[in-house]
Amino acid sequence: MSVVTVQLGQCGNQVGQELFDVICSDARDVHRKTYSTVSCERFFRETTQGDLEARAVLIDMEPKVINHSMSKAAKSGRWRYGETSHFSQKQGSGNNWANGYCVHGPRHRDAVEELMRREVEHCDMLAGFIPIMSVAGGTGSGVGTFVTQCLRDIYPSSFVLNHLTWPYGTGEVIVQNYNSVLTLAHLYQLSDAILVHENDIVHKICSQLLKIKQISFSDINRVIAHQLGGVLQPTLTPASCGAYSRHPVGELMSALACHPEYKLLSVCTIPQMASSSIPFSTFSWPALLKHLRQMLISNSKMEGGIDWQVCPPPASAGRSRSLSAGSFNTSLANLLILRGKDVYSAETGGFEDSAIYTSWLPPDEALSLWKSPVPFNKYEKSATLVSNSQALLRPLDDMVRKAWNMFASRAYIHQYVKFGISEEDFLDSFTSLEQVISSYSELQ
Amino acid sequence: MTQSVVVQVGQCGNQVGCRFWDLALREHAHVNKVGAHVRPVQLGGGACYVGGRIQHLKARAVLIDMEEGVVHGILQGPLREVFDSAQLLTDVSGSGNNWAVGNLTYGSAYRDSIVNKLRKAAEHCDCLQCFFLIHSMGGGTGSGLGTRVLSLLEEEFPDVCRIVTAMYPSAEDDVITSPYNSVLAMRELTEHADCVLPVENQSLVDIVNKISLMSHNAKPGCVLKKESTVTSGQGGVSPTERPFDAMNNIVANLLLNITSSSRFEGSLNMDLNEIAMNLVPFPRLHYLVPSLTPLYTLADVNIPTRRLDQMFSDAFSKEHQLIRADPKHSLYLACALMVRGNVQVSDLRRNIERLRPSLPFVSWNQEGWKTGLCSVPPVGHTHSLLALANNTCVKPTFMELRERFTKLYKKKAHLHHYLHIDGMEQSAFSESLSSLSALIEEYHHLDATKARLIPDAPRLSIAR
Repeated sequence: MSVVTVQLGQCGNQVGQELFDVICSDARDVHRKTYSTVSCERFFRETTQGDLEARAVLIDMEPKVINHSMSKAAKSGRWRYGETSHFSQKQGSGNNWANGYCVHGPRHRDAVEELMRREVEHCDMLAGFIPIMSVAGGTGSGVGTFVTQCLRDIYPSSFVLNHLTWPYGTGEVIVQNYNSVLTLAHLYQLSDAILVHENDIVHKICSQLLKIKQISFSDINRVIAHQLGGVLQPTLTPASCGAYSRHPVGELMSALACHPEYKLLSVCTIPQMASSSIPFSTFSWPALLKHLRQMLISNSKMEGGIDWQVCPPPASAGRSRSLSAGSFNTSLANLLILRGKDVYSAETGGFEDSAIYTSWLPPDEALSLWKSPVPFNKYEKSATLVSNSQALLRPLDDMVRKAWNMFASRAYIHQYVKFGISEEDFLDSFTSLEQVISSYSELQ
Repeated sequence: MTQSVVVQVGQCGNQVGCRFWDLALREHAHVNKVGAHVRPVQLGGGACYVGGRIQHLKARAVLIDMEEGVVHGILQGPLREVFDSAQLLTDVSGSGNNWAVGNLTYGSAYRDSIVNKLRKAAEHCDCLQCFFLIHSMGGGTGSGLGTRVLSLLEEEFPDVCRIVTAMYPSAEDDVITSPYNSVLAMRELTEHADCVLPVENQSLVDIVNKISLMSHNAKPGCVLKKESTVTSGQGGVSPTERPFDAMNNIVANLLLNITSSSRFEGSLNMDLNEIAMNLVPFPRLHYLVPSLTPLYTLADVNIPTRRLDQMFSDAFSKEHQLIRADPKHSLYLACALMVRGNVQVSDLRRNIERLRPSLPFVSWNQEGWKTGLCSVPPVGHTHSLLALANNTCVKPTFMELRERFTKLYKKKAHLHHYLHIDGMEQSAFSESLSSLSALIEEYHHLDATKARLIPDAPRLSIAR
């Protein structure tokens, strides 16, 4: 079953290229034939000359980044993008969501749909779409939202998993909060699930865990690609009966996206360290899983500075959760993916504790466990946790608060109105997100 | 790939413009030599470099002046290959330092001709993104005809961004009517431009003096690099340097840096329309104070992190601003940082975090940073930074301008020169004055919020 990724805007194209790189080297370096075949089939197609071409559609409103990504891929020698799988224009979206959504999207709808159709036709069976984009800019956010809407319209029974990169809190783009609010509010209606990476967190991973001195966007993108690869590469799931699962996106949805009001997914991976330290480290499943569990409940998305004081409140005490009270992170559902040596002996009971979940689902249904005996990306043992929990509540709330403050003074609104959205549209988006925030804060 | 067209009006505009083309060609020749991946030149059409000499390169520009001296000088000089006679518009008698002559008399006489030339330049462009207008505010042609061109651009090309680099006169300007010309032009800029980059002559003079002081007092072992595009035009097309060249160089560099992300690759691109989008929260408040660092480089090769951080600190210091203003003590509405060279996102973030506490930002834009990273540095430097600040520190400059205007206007001095021009009414003066006052009032209003702690706006509450 194949996955079609859609790379949108500068961030989407840069992250996408790193993702395919990670997947290709993981798939190719491995001596497990079945794993390799499933992985290649999922993300690449083989040309008549035996080259691997990524199942991807590259979209941007200006050509520089796509050209760069395509040439970087070709230079790797192991895989490349299809010659005609990209669409670009000459002038970007100017960091304006309305420009992307109302102007560029509709204008180029036919061309983009055509590209999508061609890519889907190459697939024997379509597992789903993964649009990759940022929320701060204009193309990724605006055109990305429009394209997601098109996918929904044309392929109503396919799964759509949006991958979003949230910008640094201290600002990359001044109107990033407006663009983010508009994107999230719309995607919530269109997407099946939204997988989020935050630049702030990934930056900390690079500096504190990977010990990189001068962090560049390539380093950031590589970490995101590693984590995404850990989620998307082949695994054995309970439903796949001893073979590698053929429905990765669908099974992810049924594991995690259990309620239309709760679609925000966070990812964390363990271990994560400088590649020079890997040969000198030993890994044990009990230690890795213990740390990962604490990372989940204390809401720390990286292994470092974990707050070991946080623990689930006793079942007897009245459980009232609000944004300000307590730092305990309640989960709705979790997906734990284990890769590497001795996976079958790993003890995951800690994740089935009913104390860390809401009361709606019994813990054995709230936790899904996928395994793969193949070590991933140089780590002998690694675990990836995809969580539908309160982990993104605080960053989301901050984003909405800042956007609301700016909206209250009507700053920059004239720039959006110019392209076709109104203050009403803004208010609708704010309302939707306040609803999401309220739902997640009341999780108990 | 987008293109921009430069429209240079008046003596000052054309001199700065020429300097800009000189440096742009130099930059591209240098980048080509080094073998970096260069797009077809965005500022010129039909690029073709042969062994460092530029052939068949034509600037996307329109040169307008109401007297012939400057433009003819250009045509005689080494840049003559770069300009086509169809791009030029000249007259003989000049505007006599009179805004009304420039705007109304020549404005109407040459309207069709100007529109034609602009159309021609636009047609040569695959995807026109922006018009750069360069002119001074104190004279007659630059300020008068320049602002007329601005409103023509708005009429004919409403979707194309208009960025104006306006040279404001200093208090000691020798043109007596410069306050009138400046205020009359200001009104046009406030109403028709998307962004204005104000530059004051006095600041440029101070900066140039500082540079020459550095080179004379340089410590032994510290040698100023000579090939830097900022400090000298050496290596460019024109062999000799004339008096205003150093000052014009700085403004030319400003334009080069703004367009760098459209011309070269980088990990975080910052297009021109993004600048207008992010830095202009309210339509009339579009005056962006530019500052450029470093202004010179020392010839040692290691750039320790300290020096990189110093570059960021300098961008916010009073001495590096291109108008006489102190942004640190006024209120920031928004700020853009365009970094060129080997600088990574972690350096950028570290410096923003370091400098942020000392910079007052408006309450609804506490993290108001727009950042861009371009991998190609300017010639002679390993990295450079351009900061554009939408800051209330322009208020004192405008207030001073208004004062100089009122001093003359009260006495009705020189007014008759303007009023006897066909189409010029006294109301134009009073309207321009009130436009300027309204602008100052808007900035003042924002300034007043500076000291106050503004609470968060109450959020929408959801019924459960």
